Amino acid sequence: MGWMSRALITLAKSHQAKYNVVSGISQCGRFSFSTTSFNAARLFTDKHEWVDVNGKTGTVGISHYAQDSLGDIVYAQLPDVGSEFNLHDECGALESVKAASELYCPVSGKVVEKNPAVEETPGLINQSCYEKGWLFKIDLSKPEELDTLMDEAAYEKFLKSQSDDG
Amino acid sequence: MIAIRRINIVPIRSIATCVKRCGSKTGEPERKTALYDFHISQQGKMAPFAGYLMPIQYGNVSITQSHSHTRKHVSIFDVSHMLQSEVHGKDRLEFMESLVTGDIKGLSEGQGTLTLFTNPQGGIIDDLIVTKTLENHLYVVSNAGCRDKDLPLMRTAETLLKSQGKDVTLVTKDDSSLIALQGPAMQKVLQPLVNVDLSKLYFMNSVTATVAGVEGCRITRCGYTGEDGVEISMPSKRAVEIVETLLSSKADTVLLAGLGARDSLRLEAGLCLYGNDMDEKTTPVEAALGWLLAKRRKEAQDFPGAKAIMEQIQDKTKIRQRRVGFVAASGPPPRHGMEILASDGSRVGTITSGVPSPSLSKNIAMGYVQGDNHKVGTKLNIKVRNSLVSAEVVKMPFLKGKYYLAPKN
Repeated sequence: MGWMSRALITLAKSHQAKYNVVSGISQCGRFSFSTTSFNAARLFTDKHEWVDVNGKTGTVGISHYAQDSLGDIVYAQLPDVGSEFNLHDECGALESVKAASELYCPVSGKVVEKNPAVEETPGLINQSCYEKGWLFKIDLSKPEELDTLMDEAAYEKFLKSQSDDG
Repeated sequence: MIAIRRINIVPIRSIATCVKRCGSKTGEPERKTALYDFHISQQGKMAPFAGYLMPIQYGNVSITQSHSHTRKHVSIFDVSHMLQSEVHGKDRLEFMESLVTGDIKGLSEGQGTLTLFTNPQGGIIDDLIVTKTLENHLYVVSNAGCRDKDLPLMRTAETLLKSQGKDVTLVTKDDSSLIALQGPAMQKVLQPLVNVDLSKLYFMNSVTATVAGVEGCRITRCGYTGEDGVEISMPSKRAVEIVETLLSSKADTVLLAGLGARDSLRLEAGLCLYGNDMDEKTTPVEAALGWLLAKRRKEAQDFPGAKAIMEQIQDKTKIRQRRVGFVAASGPPPRHGMEILASDGSRVGTITSGVPSPSLSKNIAMGYVQGDNHKVGTKLNIKVRNSLVSAEVVKMPFLKGKYYLAPKN
């Protein structure tokens, strides 16, 4: 491990960042925000989960910032299919060498699917937090809650404000 | 998510906001080591620890990568937050033995030992390393987090002995920094930069040396990772220079490592973190540190808390709980504060440290258990959030230490 792998990690990150923007545009969703220059389907919570809604079903994951803060994720405890949650309910946990971190449900609803690949290989969340590292799918019971979430641009702003005031 | 509880990662931020927001409990700003600016320049992710702003990890190197690098190569840890002091005067041995459980008089010149400050109830005030230097003083390294009790403890003893006409003077080494160079490539990296023969410097021995051209350094072969390694005490003014020279070594790849890797490394090595795995409510016997009670001191029963501690040794029913190691092969990793349950669901203890072991690829933990549950092979459950994880009591260390021991005569 040395400069080479550091460089590779940096490279991977910049690729991912580009990819996010592209996928955000290609998946133009039902929700538009006047503050953004593009319509992004992926919405974020201030607890760093994202939800990407297609019809009445939302796919949930954690943000790039979240996976980076946690470091190497070694265990993913996901909610069981069929379980129901209200907005902000604790619905699972992710564990890294560094820390344990709870997952909070970004929307109310019923879990319809979870990602077995992530349970098997939790590192997928680090490698591909917006694609292969999705966590679970949930049927929304209160779609209006989406209005309280941030789009990608607002989330980036939120992260910046967090680091500015610490 | 990201309600990270164990070590809070502080996002990169300006120094001004840091001082404002990272104040300690007393409202004091966190202290910085002489290497603080260097850590920032190396993308150190800084967080408050024991009253200091210390690096958790650096740049894009994950804790797992940093951990593995230390096990395979060598890493530099800034441990300048630890309290370094010296005890001078001809009654220095008596002074130190009035406070600790170790046989300080029995050390050979240049030799050090891990020992414990104990209170009159037998509780552990701190763990520390005391070295009987070749330069006619004791060199003492104790925990940063215990500074506010270790210093008054030593100052009080100093005053008492002085009032009895004894010759003892405590000096804190406020102008010294301390780094740990840990890993199998330590000697290969350090030897070309020093004027002493490291092949003759065995585990827990200490010499003064010139390091990377800087005179007045002290090299002690010890560490907190389970690897071969040294701690180097140096003038703070030259600390950055020494660290930069070590990092530029051609002998092997030397990387900076932070508190994140330090925690997983020490846990694999079965080493306690003061405040987590032991405190003033636990005795050396309960903390499975009976080996730090020197034979001569036990016979004389002349260390603080000797009566309470000897009672536990003689009557095991007086041992309230014992520190043990756990392996949990699968499931979420047990962490500090989680309950340990017997098969009937009754609570028998508490986890004090736990981590997914990067070297062993399974979850390891330490904790205290009551009754007969300390026996190796005992199967218990640990309550992790809402589920029970099965775990087995195992011998520690989890990973065998690779210390550079003196050959047996």
